[in-house]
Amino acid sequence: MSWNAMKQTLAGVPRHRLILGGVLIALVMALALTMRWDWLPQYAPMIAQGVWTTIWLLVVSVVLGFLLAVPIGLAQVVGPWPVARLAAGFCTLIRGTPLLIQIFFLYYGLGSLFPQFPEIRSSWMWPYLREAWPYALLALTLSFAGYEGEIMRGAFAGVPKGELEAARAFGMPRRKILRRIWLPRAIQRVAPTLAGEVVLQLKSTPLVATITVFDAYGVISRIRSDTYITYEPLLLLALIYVVLAAVIVRAFRYLERHSQAR
Amino acid sequence: MIEFLLGAETAQLLALDSWGGALWRGLLATLQIALGGYALGIVIGIGGAFGKLYGGPVLRDLLALYTTLVRAVPELVLILLLFYAGNSLINLLLAQLGAGPIEINGLVAGIYVIGIVQGAYTTEVIRGAILAVPPGQIEAARAFGMPPFKVLRRITLPAMLPYALPGLANLWLIATKDTALLSIVGFSELTLATKQAAGATKAYFTFYAVAAGLYLTVTLVSMRGIRWLERRSRRGLQSVEG
Repeated sequence: MSWNAMKQTLAGVPRHRLILGGVLIALVMALALTMRWDWLPQYAPMIAQGVWTTIWLLVVSVVLGFLLAVPIGLAQVVGPWPVARLAAGFCTLIRGTPLLIQIFFLYYGLGSLFPQFPEIRSSWMWPYLREAWPYALLALTLSFAGYEGEIMRGAFAGVPKGELEAARAFGMPRRKILRRIWLPRAIQRVAPTLAGEVVLQLKSTPLVATITVFDAYGVISRIRSDTYITYEPLLLLALIYVVLAAVIVRAFRYLERHSQAR
Repeated sequence: MIEFLLGAETAQLLALDSWGGALWRGLLATLQIALGGYALGIVIGIGGAFGKLYGGPVLRDLLALYTTLVRAVPELVLILLLFYAGNSLINLLLAQLGAGPIEINGLVAGIYVIGIVQGAYTTEVIRGAILAVPPGQIEAARAFGMPPFKVLRRITLPAMLPYALPGLANLWLIATKDTALLSIVGFSELTLATKQAAGATKAYFTFYAVAAGLYLTVTLVSMRGIRWLERRSRRGLQSVEG
């Protein structure tokens, strides 16, 4: 970029923001120069591994959770009352208790019951049930399903009655109405909130480190206890999450702009 | 009665003079931090909202940075950062004054950490609610010559309350659940008490189920109260349902 072009872009920015930006850059430089970062090269591969674990836990739990949320939302709107009550109760239970307690309950609570049954111990599932990540994934998935299920309930209930009646008037069978009209319209309604929900889910993922899953947070905790450095790894971790959150928000904005709806 | 419902063994575990008492004290600590942190969050939120709406450009940018960062970084990481940073800052300050380092009260630390996290969300809720108040009402108060603080106390805050309540109610429920994260820094609230009880007795299933039940009770009771408050604050307003 030429000097003139740079001057022109900077002229569009208010002066106070230039100064603030300068202060911020100076602060970051000071942090980079005065704090200890010599551990970084040694642990970089481990951190990359941890970030990868965070990302796949996030993606898989969001996809599975959303697939669960659709029937949970639908059941609350049209289900026969026992099913509707069960779905509503599930959402209240998930939303009314801390995720940390849910994770502990699944991992320590359920996990301590399984070994009592010889059928489970001899089944193909046993090697997985002894690891931590299946419990982490299950807890994250159920949590997302609970929060998103409540939102899907509102979305299903909020689709204008006239559209469903029009579909019925055309003689569409019920399943086709759901597939062609009701579900797409409901998903359209939740789409703008989805980015926020996924960022919230991202912020829940570090809790799985409490049951020994090595996600980004788990790796950083390990580094902190190995090197006795308090702040630097935590600041790096905060930066990692800010970047991930920004990527999620950007990705959803891009998808929304390029989707066919509207 | 409890013995009949749960069986003798479980009833003994949950007796008040055994682990039940520890859970009970944990629940009280949880409620104390949640209440304190929530109150601090509201104070920060009111200040932050006014700063964002009426403050100068620098203040606005700094507040935007605060709310964006807090809402993008996981609460667990924030709690750790704030906990250690607050600890070091206070001890640094005391060292400057010539006093020795002190151990900070866990309750105060918890309230401060939860309050700063909540403050970012509360700022956004209250800012939105103030924007929803018809501007004529605030202008009318100014035209009558009310000083700014009186406008705030008499007009802006009461008028924005019905708009802010749903968001604030949600934040209260989040505050009660976020306190569980303080167990990671070793503060003895309900989650840590449960963890210790479960670890000592090996009755993991029982204790985590009981803790979940306690948190759920707090949520359900709160929701009752919230519904009552919302009805009360909307008196005299046109009902939304029509």
